[in-house]
Amino acid sequence: MSRSLAFVLNVPETPQDPEDQEPSPYDESEVHDSFHQLIREQSRWVAEEGLELQHRALGAGALGASGSDRQALLGPEGAPVYSTATLRILASMPSRTIGRSRGAIISQYYSRTVRLRRRAGRPQLRDVGRSARPSLRLYDLELDPAVLEEDEKQGLLVKELQGLTVAQRDHMLRGMPLSLAEKRCLREESRPPRGKRRARGHGLLSCCSRLRESCILASHNLGLVLLSGLQALMPWHYALKRIGGQFGSSVLSYFLFLKTLLAFNTLLLLPLLAFIVAVQAAFPPAPSGSAPAFRGLELLTGGGCFTHTVMYYGYYSNATLNQPCASPLDGGQCTPEAGGLPYNMPLAYLFTVGVAFFITCITLVYSMSRSFGESYRVGSTSGVHAITVFCSWDYKVTQKWASRLQHDNIRTQLKELLAEGQLRQRPRRACGRLQQGAVLGLVWLLCLGTTLVCSLAVYTFSELVIQSRVSAEQDGALLALPLVVCLLNLGAPYLFRVLAVLERHDSPVLEVYVAICRNLILKVVILGILCYHWLGRRVGTLKDQCWEDFVGQELYRLMVMDFIFTLLDTLLGELVWRLISEKRSQRKGKPEFDIAGNVLELIYGQTLTWLGVLFSPLLPAMQIIKLLFLFYVKKTSLMANCQAPRRPWKASHMSTVFISLLCFPSFLGAAVFLCYAIWQVKPSSICGPFRTLDTMYEAGKVWVRHLEEAGPGVSWLPWIHRYLVESAFPIYLASALLLAVIYLNIQVVKGQRKVICLLKEQLSNEGEDKIFLINKLQRVYERKERSRVGRTEEAVMPPAVFTDDWDAQ
Amino acid sequence: MGNKQTVFTHEQLEAYQDCTFFTRKEIMRLFYRYQDLAPQLVPLDYTSYPDVKVPYELIGSMPELKDNPFRQRIAQVFSEDGDGHMTLDNFLDMFSVMSEMAPRDLKAYYAFKIYDFNNDDYICVWDLEQTVTKLTRGELSAEEVSLVCEKVLDEADGDHDGRLSLEDFQNMILRAPDFLSTFHIRI
Repeated sequence: MSRSLAFVLNVPETPQDPEDQEPSPYDESEVHDSFHQLIREQSRWVAEEGLELQHRALGAGALGASGSDRQALLGPEGAPVYSTATLRILASMPSRTIGRSRGAIISQYYSRTVRLRRRAGRPQLRDVGRSARPSLRLYDLELDPAVLEEDEKQGLLVKELQGLTVAQRDHMLRGMPLSLAEKRCLREESRPPRGKRRARGHGLLSCCSRLRESCILASHNLGLVLLSGLQALMPWHYALKRIGGQFGSSVLSYFLFLKTLLAFNTLLLLPLLAFIVAVQAAFPPAPSGSAPAFRGLELLTGGGCFTHTVMYYGYYSNATLNQPCASPLDGGQCTPEAGGLPYNMPLAYLFTVGVAFFITCITLVYSMSRSFGESYRVGSTSGVHAITVFCSWDYKVTQKWASRLQHDNIRTQLKELLAEGQLRQRPRRACGRLQQGAVLGLVWLLCLGTTLVCSLAVYTFSELVIQSRVSAEQDGALLALPLVVCLLNLGAPYLFRVLAVLERHDSPVLEVYVAICRNLILKVVILGILCYHWLGRRVGTLKDQCWEDFVGQELYRLMVMDFIFTLLDTLLGELVWRLISEKRSQRKGKPEFDIAGNVLELIYGQTLTWLGVLFSPLLPAMQIIKLLFLFYVKKTSLMANCQAPRRPWKASHMSTVFISLLCFPSFLGAAVFLCYAIWQVKPSSICGPFRTLDTMYEAGKVWVRHLEEAGPGVSWLPWIHRYLVESAFPIYLASALLLAVIYLNIQVVKGQRKVICLLKEQLSNEGEDKIFLINKLQRVYERKERSRVGRTEEAVMPPAVFTDDWDAQ
Repeated sequence: MGNKQTVFTHEQLEAYQDCTFFTRKEIMRLFYRYQDLAPQLVPLDYTSYPDVKVPYELIGSMPELKDNPFRQRIAQVFSEDGDGHMTLDNFLDMFSVMSEMAPRDLKAYYAFKIYDFNNDDYICVWDLEQTVTKLTRGELSAEEVSLVCEKVLDEADGDHDGRLSLEDFQNMILRAPDFLSTFHIRI
């Protein structure tokens, strides 16, 4: 804000009569120079205060309440009356000027920029903590911050800004709570004047610095161009705005999660496309037989004419592509290409999949830790009322009925919080608790039983499919297992929801977390059984065939079925429900958008993609297409059929939970599956890039041996391989180090909590001190005022009248 | 970038870009939104820095603000004279602070100003009562409102002076991870 803020209580102009000035604390002669003397005087006057209390015009109660621990200062209607001198002192207290007046903001940012510059240069003797107070030590403020004029402060700030780099200056400017016009002024003033630059000598040093400046400016502009380009690429800006506006942040978090998954899949797909698919497509192997015609069923089963394409593992050659003929190592065909770059396909396949997974892992862990860091704060358990009042209104909401819903939600939340506070004061009876515990246990038992039944069903069905020996031609029958799995995945959550009606949780958030837990257990168990079925049983039964192709196709089928069932669920669950409820009664209203269930579906689909990447490198592309479709389908269904959930979640907690679920069961499970497949399982001998090896990992070992033989110059690589990768000692060392670091961090957090408690106590003590001092100061000035008025009255009136008045009181 | 626009000079656009969290395209888009509010009032040429203020009634009728219970306070806080009539600078400033990229401290500062109804640099009990009433559209009883205000002061008032200072508010915001996502207007 550009105007300098007026202080609350008007400080009236005092008449400047030189002989009778208001005593100010700067006049050492007028004011007692020690509080000890002040307090002694005060104790002398305490006896007379009882008489003078009647003469106080307003606010007697506010000042006299020194005994209570909270001096509740009244609103604008009933402000306590302080004398003008007290007001002047109060007005120039540093805490009253923090962040309010322009001058204080400028001082604050001056000190920040100084700190920033000093950090780049010499080290500081003492780390000045981040505080909102203008640093009194940096320039001689004494008692009155108005000593330095605002213009001078601005000049100092401008000088400091000039010393920063362009990026730092922009960052500092953007974060300042000043108005835009002032920021532009500061920016103008702090730019290096062009005339000065030319006037400097054309030495080598100035050339270099000019070059550096122009490089920095160019990269700054490039960064801005990239940012705006990225924003143009990011789709669905208006769609997300509409969703947020109508349904709030909690439903929006589902769609944002979908967008995140799209980004992850693109990240996964790009190296695969560049290093595996494109290369193999450029050097196709000799066709093994006539390709079957396109039947249409291939889209569902993934087999048929799709089998011998870049989609599946079996297509990839195990030779070094583009190799000149005169090499003894190539096992495949020999295309006489001259002057090409040889490309070791098995190694490329292994490394690309490994590196893509590694990048995904790093990105996931980074975003999870960042999200966790945002939502967890040391000592953040209290303050729920304040947070509800100040942080729960979602400013994104733009529709009238949506904002009405928000009003209702907040009102309900506040009522519940108040009720909870009263309930906590009345503990529940032991009998009720026991009963609730029994019901909870029973429901959990039933849910786990359902999970067991489902997993047994999947297991027996998979055994049945193996025993019935379905051949590759009967593609349609292969759809049976994915169908069963998807049906169970669809039906069991509804059963869980029905069972959950029996138990009555205190908090709705706990209900949702418990539902997520149960669904997650079901999906993890089913996927585990399927993984065993593929790697354990299928490998054995498909000994002379390409089992990796089969597994890749199974995963493709599962993905497609999952997509179809999600569409069906959206149709049945939302559209039909809405039609039924509309026809029957108006009061039920539209169905709520089930955030937890939908998010788990997304995570499940992503797990399938990660499981299948090794066997079908184009699976992430399928997932991208599926996610794109899903966005539009879900958005349309949401707008048409649903309403926002009645109990809004905390958006930040939700995104943390989603990312954590994506990382821990989902990605970790896929990584374990991948590692097992690479290290332990024998690849099939008739197809794929690893057909002559015992395990897929051997391709790397073969290459290392090849390098060893190549020459002594690269001897460090086999050494690294033997002692760091193959042996287990570095892993033990790394785990021990990690555990030590985690333990230290836990201790640090504990210490921080203690420090926060102590600081809170200190803060409240300081507050009490402040109020004590203000009151004492007020009494000093009132006493002085009274004695001054008494002296003038004495001078004006005859003493007799005065004593008569005194007696009359 | 195709600079065919004639609204701002190149330096003006750069200055806006450096001082807000918006890119050039977004600034132009915001300008056209501003201009749409009052087409007769806002000229299409800002190279000479015209002194134009769009009255509060038009700002408050924007779709992004019209259902917000605090729209009057938001307009007052960001306007030049505290009356709700906004120039283009105020308009850009407002949406820049409320955008996704603004840091937590900046948002906390302006949120404090918005909830400080009587502009005395403290959120006192009266301000809290106003906030709660506006949040619940007056559907809580007076007793419940005062109970809520008391609890809020208990939780957030660090120095026990009966009202929230800027530091108290910032400390409380630090403990609220949702603040960044709720105090956000998409434009």
